[in-house]
Amino acid sequence: MAAHDFDLIVVGAGPGGYVSAIRAAQLGLKTAVVEKDKPGGVCGNWGCIPSKALINQAEGFERIKDLEAIGVKVDTSNFNYAAVQKKSRDAADRSGKGVQFLLKKNKIEYIQGTAVLNGPQSLLVDGKEYKARFILLAAGSRPRQLPGFEFDENQVLSSTGILSLTQLPKSLIILGSGAIGMEFAYVMSVFGVKVTVVEMLPRILPLEDHETSAVVEKAFKARGVSFFTSAKATELKKNSQGVSLTLQLADNKTQILEAEKILVAVGRVPNTENLGLEKVGIKTDRGFVVVKDYYQTDVPSIYAIGDLIPSPLLAHVASKEGEIAVEHMAGKAHEKRVDPLSIPGATYCEPQIASFGYTEEKLKEKGLAYKAYTFPYTGNGKANAIEHQEGLVKVLMDAKTHEILGGHAAGAYATEIIHEILLARKAELLPEDIATMVHAHPTISESVMEAARGLEGWAIHI
Amino acid sequence: MAEKVFMIALSPTMEEGTILKWRKKEGEVVKEGDILCDVETDKASMEYESTQAGKILKIVRGEGTAAKVGDLIAILGQEGEDISSLLGDSKAPAKTAEAVKTSSPAQSAVAPTQIVQPSSAQPTGKASPLARRLAQEKGIDLNQIQGSGPGGRVIKRDLENYQPAASSKPVVPAAVLPSPLNDERIPVSRKRAVIASRLSESLFTAPHIFLTVTVHMDPLMNAREKINAELKEKLGLNSFIVKLAANAITRHQAINSSWMGDYIQNHSSVDVGLAVAQADGLITPIVRAAHGKGIRQIDAELKDLIDRARNNALKPEEYTGATFTISNLGSFGIEEFTAIINPPGAAILALGAVVRAPYVEEDGSFSVRRQMKMTLSADHRVMDGAVAAAFLTDLKSIIEDPFRALL
Repeated sequence: MAAHDFDLIVVGAGPGGYVSAIRAAQLGLKTAVVEKDKPGGVCGNWGCIPSKALINQAEGFERIKDLEAIGVKVDTSNFNYAAVQKKSRDAADRSGKGVQFLLKKNKIEYIQGTAVLNGPQSLLVDGKEYKARFILLAAGSRPRQLPGFEFDENQVLSSTGILSLTQLPKSLIILGSGAIGMEFAYVMSVFGVKVTVVEMLPRILPLEDHETSAVVEKAFKARGVSFFTSAKATELKKNSQGVSLTLQLADNKTQILEAEKILVAVGRVPNTENLGLEKVGIKTDRGFVVVKDYYQTDVPSIYAIGDLIPSPLLAHVASKEGEIAVEHMAGKAHEKRVDPLSIPGATYCEPQIASFGYTEEKLKEKGLAYKAYTFPYTGNGKANAIEHQEGLVKVLMDAKTHEILGGHAAGAYATEIIHEILLARKAELLPEDIATMVHAHPTISESVMEAARGLEGWAIHI
Repeated sequence: MAEKVFMIALSPTMEEGTILKWRKKEGEVVKEGDILCDVETDKASMEYESTQAGKILKIVRGEGTAAKVGDLIAILGQEGEDISSLLGDSKAPAKTAEAVKTSSPAQSAVAPTQIVQPSSAQPTGKASPLARRLAQEKGIDLNQIQGSGPGGRVIKRDLENYQPAASSKPVVPAAVLPSPLNDERIPVSRKRAVIASRLSESLFTAPHIFLTVTVHMDPLMNAREKINAELKEKLGLNSFIVKLAANAITRHQAINSSWMGDYIQNHSSVDVGLAVAQADGLITPIVRAAHGKGIRQIDAELKDLIDRARNNALKPEEYTGATFTISNLGSFGIEEFTAIINPPGAAILALGAVVRAPYVEEDGSFSVRRQMKMTLSADHRVMDGAVAAAFLTDLKSIIEDPFRALL
C-alpha cells in the first residue's frame, strides 16, 4: 500500500467541501470526502436550497393578490403547509443527489462517517485510519444557541427546526433580523403567520446599507410584520400555549411578547470542537480556526475554509476559499485570499436585498472620501411595468480614484443585478464604464447604469 | 444664411493668388458661374467663377492683395444679414474649389463640441480602467509596469506594489548581468543629420515602387573568375555591375532622370554612385559617365574612391549628384533588401548576396546555380512600374548574358 491513501481528504461535503473536492479532482489530485450527515451540507439540506424552495412558494402565494385584482378568485381553503414543506424537502433531496452525482462523476471517494484528525496527514473516520498528503477541513457551522434560549425544535426553533415544521404556527417571534431571520419572516408572514422580528441593533438587516434596509423594513411593515429594534431579549418563558419573551427596549422599558413559537436566528458557530484540532496543534480564536494565506493552518498539510474560519459565513465564500486552498496544494494558486470587499451577499425576501463591499456607514466610520449615488426603481421602466417600484440601486465609489467601493440593491431582481456592479469592481472598471455601456430596455439592470451615471453626474430618468 | 467665399486653387499647383480686380462690387448680386474676380496665380491670371449665389455683403480682400488658398475673400448672403460672426474666422476647412463648395453647408451656426477624452483614457497597453486612473493620478508610466491581472493586465495591485527606480531608468533585476549597452545620449553629428534629413525627405516625398528579380550569376561570376585569374589587380563584382547597369540605363532614359516638381530633368551622363559604409555614416562616391568607361577603369576609380571615402577624404563633387545608385549588402550575407532612393536620382539598385540555390529547369529537373536577388527602388513620380520593370529585366538579361551589352 502506498504511503498515502489519497492526495487530499476533505472533511465535510457542504458547498465548501464538495466544490473543493471537485476542483482538486480537476487538478489531478486523488481525492476523498468524509461526511457525517448528507452530501450538500447545511446549504443543500438545511439552508440555502430548501429555504429558497419555501420562498418560491411564498412568492407564488403572494401573487394570489395580483390575480384577485384582475378578477381571478383563488380558493385557498385546501392550502396545506405540509405540502409546501415537502416541496422544500424534495428540493433538498435533489440537491443532495446532485452533489452525489458530481462527486461520482469526478471519481471522488465518498466516505460516510465522522472524521477526527489523527496527525498532520492522518484522519480517523469512525476509528478507521486514512492517510492523505493534504487535509482540508470544511466542517461548517451550526445555529448559534443563546443561553436561556436553548433549541427544543418545538417551541424554540433553529433554522433547521423551522424548515422541519409541517404545520404553520399562528404567531412567531423571530430573534435576529439578519438574512436568515428576514427570509423566514417573509415566508411565514406571507402564509399568514403573525410575525414579530426582534433586533438588538438599531435597525433591521444591520449589516446592509441603511437605505436598502429601509426599503425592506417598509415593505415588511406593509405586510403586517412588527419590528422591535434596539431591543434586547432578556428572558424566555415557555408554557403550554407558546412562548413569552421579555424585551428590554432602548428606553429601558420592558416589553413582553407572546407567540406560539420563537425562531432564534442570531448567527452561527463553527463546528470546530470535535475535529481533533488540538491534537495536531491547530490554533483557534473565538472558536474559529486560525489560517494564513491560502487558508493554510499552522500545520502546513492541513487547510481550513468556510464557516470554520472567521470570514463571512456564506456558501459561496466557502466554495471560493476551497478553490484557492486546493489550487495552492496543486501549486496553481493565483490569489491568496478572497477579497472581502468583493463578496456578494443576498437575502431572498421580497423585496430582495443584495450587496457587496462597504456600506455608506462603514465608509464614514473609516473616514474614506467617497461618493454615493442611489437610483430608485421608480425611475425604472421595467420596475414600473411589473409593479415593483419599491427598490433602489446604490453605488459607492472612491471620491478620487473612482474605484467602486460598494454596491447595494434592494427590490426585484436585486440578487441578480448586483453582479454587474461586482464584476465591474473585480475587473477594476469604473462607474463611467457601466454608465456608458448600452443596457437593454426595459430591464431592471438599467437602474445599475443609471446609478453609475448618477455618480458621473448625468442620470437620465430622475 | 450668409456664406463665406474662400480663395480656391485655380491651378493644380496654386498656393496663393493676388486679386487683380473684383468684377462684382459690394451690394451686387452674384449667380453661380458668374466671374467674381481676376486672380493672378503662380502661372497666369485666372478668372474666379463663383460656385455660390447671393448678394456680396462684404469684400474682405481688396484688389492688389494676396490671399492664400482657403483664405476668406468675401461674404455672400441676403441684404441686411449680420455677418459679424463670419468675419471672425477667416480660414476655410479645405483648400480646393470642390471642397469649398461641398463644405459650405457645414459652416452653419452650430459647431460640434470638442470630443472630451474620458479622464481614464491613456493610450497604453493592457490595464484596468482603475489602474489607468491611478497611474494618471500618480504620474506613473503604465508601460513601466508588469501586469499581474488576467492576461497580463496591469491592475491596482501592480500599481500599489510598484517601486519607481531612483532615476527614470527601468528597474534592472539584481540577478541580471550588467548590460553591454548603455543609456547615453548621442549628439547628432552633422553627417548623421544630413543622412537623416535626405533619406527622410526621399522616402516620405518620393513614392517608392520596389521590383525584385533573381539573376543567374554563373556566367558573370565565371567570366570574372577567368579574367581575374590573369590580372594582378582583381576586379570587384561591383565594377561589373556598375558597368552593366550603366549600359542598360543608356536604353532607359527615365532611370537616368530627376523629379523637379513641375518638370522631369533628364541626364545624358550616367553617373553611378556606390553606397559605401563609413564608421560614422554612409557615402556614395560616384563614377561619372560610367556608360562610357571600361570595367577596369571603373574598378580603378572605385578602389580609389572607396579608399578615400573610408578615410573621409572625398571632395563634395565626388559624392554629390549621382543619377543612379547601387547599394550592395551581399557581403553581409543579406539576400534581399530594399533601398531608399538617393536624390537627385530616380532609382537605386539593391544587390543581395550571390548564393548557390536550386534552380528549376524547363524540363522540371533541378540544378544548382549561383543566384543573386536585386531590387530596384524607383521614384513613381518619374516613372511607372512598367518602365522600371523594362529596365530591370534588361539589366537582368545582360548580367546573365554579358554579350548583350555589346549589342
